[in-house]
Amino acid sequence: MHNHDHQLDEMYRDIILDHYRSPRGRKDVSDPTVVNEGMNPSCGDEIELKVRLAGDKVEELGLHCAGCAISVASGSMLSEIAEGRTIGELKRIAAAVKGMLTTGEVQEDVDLDELSDIEVLEGVRQFPVRIKCALLAWVTLIEGLERYENGETVKPSTTEESAIA
Amino acid sequence: MESATHTMLKERLDSRKIRHDFPILSRSVHGHPLVYLDNAATTQKPISVIEAERDYYLLANANVHRGIHSLAEEATGAYEATRDRIAAWLGGVAREEVIFTRGTTEAINLVASSWGVANLKKSDRIVLTQMEHHANLVPWIQLAERTGVELVYLPIDSSGRLDLAAADSLITPATRLVAMTQMSNVLGTINPVEQIAELAHRQGALVLVDGAQSIPHMPVDVNAIGADFFAFSGHKMLGPTGTGALWGRRELLEAMEPVQFGGEMISLVRWDRATWAEIPYKFEAGTPNIAGVAAWSAAFAYLESVGMDAVLEHEHTWTEYLLARLTELPFLQIFGPDDVKDRGAVVSFEVDGIHPHDLAQYLDSRGVAVRAGHHCAQPLIRLLGRTATTRVSGYLYSTESEVDILIDSLQAARRYFVG
Repeated sequence: MHNHDHQLDEMYRDIILDHYRSPRGRKDVSDPTVVNEGMNPSCGDEIELKVRLAGDKVEELGLHCAGCAISVASGSMLSEIAEGRTIGELKRIAAAVKGMLTTGEVQEDVDLDELSDIEVLEGVRQFPVRIKCALLAWVTLIEGLERYENGETVKPSTTEESAIA
Repeated sequence: MESATHTMLKERLDSRKIRHDFPILSRSVHGHPLVYLDNAATTQKPISVIEAERDYYLLANANVHRGIHSLAEEATGAYEATRDRIAAWLGGVAREEVIFTRGTTEAINLVASSWGVANLKKSDRIVLTQMEHHANLVPWIQLAERTGVELVYLPIDSSGRLDLAAADSLITPATRLVAMTQMSNVLGTINPVEQIAELAHRQGALVLVDGAQSIPHMPVDVNAIGADFFAFSGHKMLGPTGTGALWGRRELLEAMEPVQFGGEMISLVRWDRATWAEIPYKFEAGTPNIAGVAAWSAAFAYLESVGMDAVLEHEHTWTEYLLARLTELPFLQIFGPDDVKDRGAVVSFEVDGIHPHDLAQYLDSRGVAVRAGHHCAQPLIRLLGRTATTRVSGYLYSTESEVDILIDSLQAARRYFVG
């Protein structure tokens, strides 16, 4: 099989296409503590995310992502692991995902293998233009949580500059 | 409808023969032959253009306009020869009315920041269309922010054509400029510029035409269409990147202030003042892209040898075939006019269940180059209810077998993503 076909199949693995076709986390959240929107204007990926916190823990998370298969799948995977985790844990996981996709190194004390299907996104590294698609849900979540921590109001975020650090 | 005899007598373009003149078309991508369908973004170059640029540096390179020595004369000759070619190409205009720029974007920005800033005020109106490229949109948005001028948009109908009835009511006496594309880079729609120009002139408004997508594919006579300004790019018509031009009527250009200052565009310079050169040089500050402009001549020569009528006819036939084959696919929706009378070889579409970015990625793995995204027309794409579309665009070297490969790849993509 041609090397590029192999890389493409790695990016679009069955697990990812499954998340794309049946995305998890598509629910409304009552009494949300954090509501945030994110988009990648040049791709056409858009996400809206709602989180209800109990203390510093995510009690419920729902999101709605319209966009490419990578952005939708990544959002779906995020929704599978977010509930029950603290803000601090989610920040470390987000940093680990970013590390996995950008430098290939995970600095945080996080084992991505343990986190549902997330490490399957690693194939996106071979297609640098798509990294921001995989990061959109994560950046939108973390920015929303940080704004909440700072007592700020909500604005749309984009991963277009932050993806390739 | 032409008779068969008439069609036979006309010189038909032989795209297979033409392809031999374009070296890049024989390369492969991920193990597949390149199928280049992104001509609205930029076009490939015939070997004669590539060699012209190379030969310029090998044989004639020097700075233009200032030198006495032979190389300077030759370089200037090559540069100015392209200006003469363009003047003829646009329907026989004065050479002084042709300003070289880096492309369409810079040309339109020149009009906005020079003519626009000097002439427009708060009670004035600029009329655009809903199908403009950012190059013919953002400069006017900026101008509106600076001067308070009002921007209104000619709407498009569900077929992707301009609503001409609305044009009549939107182009009011307060209208000072109508800026519009001659052919949409998203919908492929060819606009009736002459008709709208007439409405504009009746109200005393000027007309700026974005010719980036039109002039590579059809004959253009700027006076016949009623333009006061016409902007276009070299790289979209087989020429080098970094080349383009603004044509403007003499009286307009003579009244306009330059926006870039420095060498070449001056006449007299003292410690405390400077005077400007005559047009066109007033607007050509600094050392230009001499090699690119010189090689651009070869692009014109190539198109002339093929004949723009032959190019247009080839694209009509090709686009008709493309639309017919795309329409066969039940999972696909096409945007824009369905009649090739009103549309050029640019087709945007959507495949059910596959986002344009994923589709473009998959097609790339099959060697097929298309574009996905907003195509520098975010407001238009959002008007279509999308955040992105997939776009295919052909040119004189595009073949029907490439369309067949595209269709096969779309079917394979559908199986890959949807099942």
